[in-house]
Amino acid sequence: MSATTSETNYHAGPDAVSAKTSRYRRVSKGRGNFELWSWVFMRGSGVLLLVLVFGHLFVNLMLGEGIHGVDFAFVAGKWASPFWQTWDLLMLWLAEVHGFNGVRTIINDYTEKDSTRWVLKGLLVASAVLVLVLGTLVIFTFDPCVDPSSTLSVCTGR
Amino acid sequence: MAQAANGTLYRGREGMWTWVAHRISGVLIFLFLFAHVLDTALVRVSPDAYNEVMSAYKNPVVGLAEAGLVAAVIFHALNGLRIIAVDFWAKGPRYQRQMFWAVAIGFVVLFAPFAIRHLTVVFTH
Ligand code: HEM
Ligand code: HEM
Repeated sequence: MSATTSETNYHAGPDAVSAKTSRYRRVSKGRGNFELWSWVFMRGSGVLLLVLVFGHLFVNLMLGEGIHGVDFAFVAGKWASPFWQTWDLLMLWLAEVHGFNGVRTIINDYTEKDSTRWVLKGLLVASAVLVLVLGTLVIFTFDPCVDPSSTLSVCTGR
Repeated sequence: MAQAANGTLYRGREGMWTWVAHRISGVLIFLFLFAHVLDTALVRVSPDAYNEVMSAYKNPVVGLAEAGLVAAVIFHALNGLRIIAVDFWAKGPRYQRQMFWAVAIGFVVLFAPFAIRHLTVVFTH
């Protein structure tokens, strides 16, 4: 309870010991396990992205007429189904956060001046927020009949 | 394993080049994704605006760039699996060179059929 300040508290974990007795100062920046979680996330999201992105490319470029089949009506057909909406939403968030985290590492590796680093990271954060907000809104607010004179079957039946 | 005649074991070997290529492909896909979400957002503007940009995707020069993008995605994904295997599989580090060849073979097996199909669609339409 009332340990005197000169004693080392061996119950407080290795840092409490080393901070007092070690000549080396390994001061934690208080970021906890952030880098460990980010490392785990890169691997977990990578495996999921493999399925999501390969599936996306296969359906959009290989099936049907390939790239020539991709137009507004094609998108309307896919986003009529909650399955593809969910697919795209997951792919959007995982790819953007995975790519964001990867580029963050790269900026840390190559920038020497703090000012350059903060400018690049500012641009990175701004672009990621734009992509996530816009991409999410587009999936949720998609309207196959934006054009009042649309000839798509979902619209002519109204 | 531990013989290095000229400096490190790592530099200039498969491990280093795949690391560089993994970085470059990752950044490339990330930049594409930015443009891609902006162009997809045109579906909220009007069907014509969206179809207009999609017609650019059907141009043969852009078609070749798409094949390049898909090559980057296939490489990054397979090499990503190799990185994960080296990290999590006990024997991963020992087999990392063999896995490099597995990535190379997997790349050809996936990319060759894709390129044939995609470039046929792009050039014969
Ligand atoms: C040339 C190759 C590509 C073509 C032709 C293409 C085409 C499309 C199309 C037509 C859509 C509309 C919805 C849908 O079809 O599901 C879309 C959405 C999307 N694509 Fe791709 N795509 C390509 C490559 C990629 C790659 C490599 C990625 C991942 C990095 C990706 C990520 C996405 C995302 C996240 C969305 C949803 C966008 C949003 O929320 O507004 N695409 N893509
Ligand atoms: C398709 C499946 C994918 C897999 C299996 C995968 C896997 C990985 C792995 C394992 C790493 C290494 C992380 C580390 O070293 O800690 C990584 C890094 C990275 N990935 Fe992916 N990834 C995939 C898709 C993507 C996509 C769609 C993007 C872009 C939006 C992307 C961008 C990056 C970037 C920029 C890095 C950082 C490279 C570096 O630090 O050298 N990846 N990826």
